[in-house]
Amino acid sequence: MGLTTYLTSLSIAAIAALLLAAKADDAVFATHAWIFIAACGLAIIYQLRTLDSNRNMPEKRDGYLDGVVRAGVIATVFWGLVGFLVGVVIAAQLSFPVLNFDTSFTNFGRLRPLHTSAVIFAFVGNALLCTSFYTVQRTCATRLAFGNLAWFVFWGYQLFIVLAATGYLLGATQSREYAEPEWYVDIWLTIVWVAYLAVFLGTLWKRREPHIYVGNWFYLAFIVTIAMLHIVNNLAVPVSFLGVKSYSLFSGVQDALTQWWYGHNAVGFLLTAGFLGMMYYFVPKQAQRPVYSYRLSIIHFWALIFLYIWAGPHHLLYTALPDWAQTLGMVFSIMLWMPSWAGMINGLMTLSGAWDKIRTDPIIRFMVLALAFYGMATFEGPLLSIKAVNSLSHYTDWTIGHVHAGALGWNGMLTFAALYYMVPRLWSRNGLYSLRLVNWHFWLATLGIVLYAAAMWVSGIQQGLMWRTFNELGFLEYSFAETVAAMHPYYVMRTIGGIFYLLGAFIMAYNLWRTVVSPTTEKSAIVTPEGGQVAMSGSV
Amino acid sequence: MVKRELDEVSGTETTGHEWDGIKELDNPMPRWWLWAFIISIVWGVIYMAAYPAWPLITEATKGFLGYSSRAELADTMNAVQVSRQKYINSINALSLEEIRNDSELARFAYAGGKSAFAVNCSQCHGSGAAGSAGYPNLNDDNWLWGGSLTDIQTTISHGIRFEQDDDTRFSEMPAFGGDEILDRTQIGQVADYVLSLSKRQHDFENATAGAKTYADNCAACHGDTGQGDREQGAPQLSNVLWLYGNEKADIIAQISRPKHGVMPAWGERLDATTIKQLTIYVHALGGGE
Amino acid sequence: MFSHKIIETHSMLLLILSLVVVSIGGIIEIAPLFYLQNTIEKVEGMRPYTPLELAGRNIYVREGCYACHSQMIRPFRDEVERYGPYSLAAESMYDHPFQWGSKRTGPDLARVGARYSDEWHVQHLLSPRSLVPETVMPGYPFLATTPLRTDNAAKHLKTNLMVGVPYSDEMIKFAEIDMRAQADPESDDIDGLEERYAKISIRDFDGNPDMLSEMDALVAYLQMLGTLVDFKVYEPEKNLR
Ligand code: HEC
Ligand code: HEC
Ligand code: HEC
Ligand code: HEM
Ligand code: HEM
Ligand SMILES: [Ca+2]
Ligand SMILES: [Ca+2]
Ligand SMILES: [Cu+2]
Repeated sequence: MGLTTYLTSLSIAAIAALLLAAKADDAVFATHAWIFIAACGLAIIYQLRTLDSNRNMPEKRDGYLDGVVRAGVIATVFWGLVGFLVGVVIAAQLSFPVLNFDTSFTNFGRLRPLHTSAVIFAFVGNALLCTSFYTVQRTCATRLAFGNLAWFVFWGYQLFIVLAATGYLLGATQSREYAEPEWYVDIWLTIVWVAYLAVFLGTLWKRREPHIYVGNWFYLAFIVTIAMLHIVNNLAVPVSFLGVKSYSLFSGVQDALTQWWYGHNAVGFLLTAGFLGMMYYFVPKQAQRPVYSYRLSIIHFWALIFLYIWAGPHHLLYTALPDWAQTLGMVFSIMLWMPSWAGMINGLMTLSGAWDKIRTDPIIRFMVLALAFYGMATFEGPLLSIKAVNSLSHYTDWTIGHVHAGALGWNGMLTFAALYYMVPRLWSRNGLYSLRLVNWHFWLATLGIVLYAAAMWVSGIQQGLMWRTFNELGFLEYSFAETVAAMHPYYVMRTIGGIFYLLGAFIMAYNLWRTVVSPTTEKSAIVTPEGGQVAMSGSV
Repeated sequence: MVKRELDEVSGTETTGHEWDGIKELDNPMPRWWLWAFIISIVWGVIYMAAYPAWPLITEATKGFLGYSSRAELADTMNAVQVSRQKYINSINALSLEEIRNDSELARFAYAGGKSAFAVNCSQCHGSGAAGSAGYPNLNDDNWLWGGSLTDIQTTISHGIRFEQDDDTRFSEMPAFGGDEILDRTQIGQVADYVLSLSKRQHDFENATAGAKTYADNCAACHGDTGQGDREQGAPQLSNVLWLYGNEKADIIAQISRPKHGVMPAWGERLDATTIKQLTIYVHALGGGE
Repeated sequence: MFSHKIIETHSMLLLILSLVVVSIGGIIEIAPLFYLQNTIEKVEGMRPYTPLELAGRNIYVREGCYACHSQMIRPFRDEVERYGPYSLAAESMYDHPFQWGSKRTGPDLARVGARYSDEWHVQHLLSPRSLVPETVMPGYPFLATTPLRTDNAAKHLKTNLMVGVPYSDEMIKFAEIDMRAQADPESDDIDGLEERYAKISIRDFDGNPDMLSEMDALVAYLQMLGTLVDFKVYEPEKNLR
């Protein structure tokens, strides 16, 4: 796109948004229009200010486009800290409800979606964005396709996050778990996501390797499936095109299954398939070992993506969803167990030639723990899908424990490993600022997860059992309030676990920041396809 | 272009591909893994044949076990019902007085009532039935509407000022301030008089002045000496127990704009047996008459 | 013999095959819910929300009550004894979106209607711990002081009509009037309101007759939850599926 067209379209977008702001039907919509205008304005100003330097330094067309990956790394760390912090806040609110402060935008009901979206879309989403851009260029030996479109994806995605997050605080939500943003934010994300698919697919298309690497199969499946899920699940009719509120197209039982078809597969494709893509690059790279089994890769890729889609009804067991759909959800969840474990097997067996590195290389340690938690979460998942187990676990903290074993253990730890791997390379540093701090991070995070998960397992099972305790004459034993009171110690313990995890993340942020600001060791900021490797293991 | 090579560490061949230095080994799928996967699929096929599973044109396959989660609950509930039938029959047949005198039956009814109280009533009357402002304590022998077994049963079945129930207990104290029946000074005076009834600290002059107002406006419900009237749910004012607080300000507030506490009716929501059990339980809490 | 190489070397093919593979499960599971007749039970009594109840429901959604409360009683002995008859699909057929929830930090609310008094709800929402010392529920005092928005009531009903809720032209026409009337027993408009909606409570729900507040709407919604279906004529055996 030419510079003039670019600036013109930004200006037109800003003016259109100005109109929306003026005509808005409610305050939240107006606020969002203003945020959009501000974003356009910033983009214009930035473009004008860098005009000269752009002219003087023509872009290197032959190297990787790593600027956007660096931006993604920063965003991942930033949103991770925000998401964990809000997690700690809501955990504290459940322990000490005065912390709700009884205002509209600080109450648990609004902060909880802020937490889930901040960690899943902002933290995990940015991690996937930047690692996919990083790895697809290297495994395809080519630069990202479509020039600066990747930058649009990055900034467009951040704008989506800001709109979603401010929306929750101000009370704009569709109340669909993990899909809370309102209709216009959904439309914006759709645009950004299609651009993301274009960049990724375009890069695969122009790759200079004959085969597509297995990591990229997973990334591609993740991107395209999320597009499908997002569009269908968010079908809704707005009350006004100038207001936030919309009504979903489906209702009741159909709406419920559509939502959990989405919700489950948001887990399946963002938190699982996307992360397997990540795992398939960083684990062999860091261990400097070949991937364990190509044949296993093929079977488990196709089995995983096929079976995952069916498992959504395990979120609706024993509800008003017809029995037949519940059966399918349960059965496919159990058939999903082995294909899920295959990812863990391929990862752990890849490390098998490098076991000794666990002692010396803290990054490998993060990876091993991530894979172990992946294995645990995907064992627990099928277990929870068994109707008899789910009858106890559903609605309780057991689900929350399961979620965070996966989220903190698998997604968090693997992201941390990838960040530690990428930062020295992206900023051309010899190594990390401090391996000791990496170790500190590792132990704090591990302790945090253990506290969190242990607390939730105990509280979840106790809660489930208390609800259904009958006394010897066959009458319900507990009032609901008594079960709430019994959860208090576990909620406090969970909060402490969360604080440990958050502290670890702060240490990582500090460590990465010191790594970046330490003196450059190589001249070129862009690592080329040819000379890209900076050996890391063992370096201090 | 494929150049397979041997990985020295494991002694396995690679597939010959390479991406950014990453190679792949050509290991077979682990045996145990493959078998576990196959077994899970076989199990799944059998399970789906046994239970409702596949949607067809007009309905879904029913499965050879003929299972239904709703039918399963109906069976459970029937079994519970049958196992308790003896007690339930007796409770339905006997009067509350008779139930209370049959120690085994009373024990059963008490347990059932206790449980139903925890589930349905504790939110208002508190976990220990001690109540809170506006929600009466059920442990004491101070009753608004009567503490006999039948009084309690009526209260629970039809509620208090619960408009959806035609037989609800009803009476409303007039809003002496809001409807300008009395002026501010009069209200202050009568409040002091009310305080004097229970021998709480009060302004003697005011109270004397309020005595007449009381006799004209309040005694009809609360009685000449503040003994209350259960027919109208008018609380006794001469004791130390207060529904809405014992400060002068509380009393003035009540006279000016009285609150009309509402207790839902449970006769529709709970069955007659449970109501009887609740009655036995509440009656046994300490204040039963 | 088939070789994965073809797929692995063609990005477009990989994309299309992936998309096909991930589409199957969803189609087979979701589509039948729209055409199988026995998905929604045959019941008596369901009606669309009144404008006030709908507004209350939107506040419920906005405040994220679903984060702690389910509205889905499962067919278990403990749940039916604690909360009442298990929830039917029919009971949420006008719910855009559904509010079944996935976590019970607080109790199920599917049948909370008519279980407590309005005063209790108001006080509970203002300050939950004043009534239930053990609770971890946040207070929502701002609801009592925020006036309810009424000017777009008709638009809300119209949008619901577009997604399939059977609101009549008359209901839409009188939406704003009905919304005000339901919280004002003194109003002259309650006759029309009662004609348009069956089984309806008309009260000043928040105990503040001077104001139509968000609290009025939320309490009106809570007080009707689970009260519509007539279980005296419902035949459970006919609706096993
Ligand atoms: C919405 C709150 C609420 C619930 C739930 C509730 N009550 Fe009450 N109850 C009240 C109020 C308010 C009063 C006092 C009414 C008045 O001011 O006269 C009351 C009064 C009573 C009384 C009469 C006390 C007296 O002094 O005469 C009894 C007995 C009683 N409740 C029993 C029960 C039982 C048993 C249950 C459960 C099945 C129950 N209540 C559930 C609010 C409630
Ligand atoms: C029509 C009957 C009626 C009349 C007349 C009446 N009251 Fe009452 N009063 C009641 C009822 C009924 C209640 C209980 C309200 C409730 O249960 O929520 C009550 C409650 C009270 C209370 C609160 C008691 C407590 O335990 O907190 C006070 C104080 C009181 N009345 C004083 C007065 C005074 C003073 C007058 C006259 C000026 C008066 N009442 C006239 C029926 C009446
Ligand atoms: C942090 C979690 C939380 C949030 C958010 C929350 N609640 Fe609650 N809620 C509870 C808990 C715990 C209880 C049980 C104890 C009690 O009665 O307060 C409860 C009880 C209730 C009850 C009484 C139910 C019964 O049968 O006893 C109602 C009604 C209710 N909440 C409505 C709401 C509404 C409406 C909202 C949103 C505006 C909301 N809650 C938000 C935790 C929450
Ligand atoms: C410091 C770390 C964290 C803390 C203290 C924390 C705390 C919490 C709390 C208190 C809840 C609400 C539970 C409830 O309603 O009972 C929650 C929910 C959730 N969190 Fe976290 N969290 C943390 C990190 C994460 C991360 C890293 C992720 C994902 C990558 C994540 C994903 C989720 C999800 C998906 C839910 C919703 C679960 C459900 O609805 O079942 N959390 N978290
Ligand atoms: C084979 C793999 C898995 C299966 C079969 C599975 C199954 C389940 C089940 C049965 C539930 C509980 C539903 C309920 O009762 O409400 C659940 C919840 C959840 N799982 Fe998994 N799980 C798997 C893997 C994972 C992984 C790896 C993660 C990654 C973080 C994860 C994240 C979640 C989340 C976020 C929820 C909460 C959803 C909600 O909000 O209710 N799951 N899963
Ligand atoms: Ca959830
Ligand atoms: Ca009002
Ligand atoms: Cu799931």
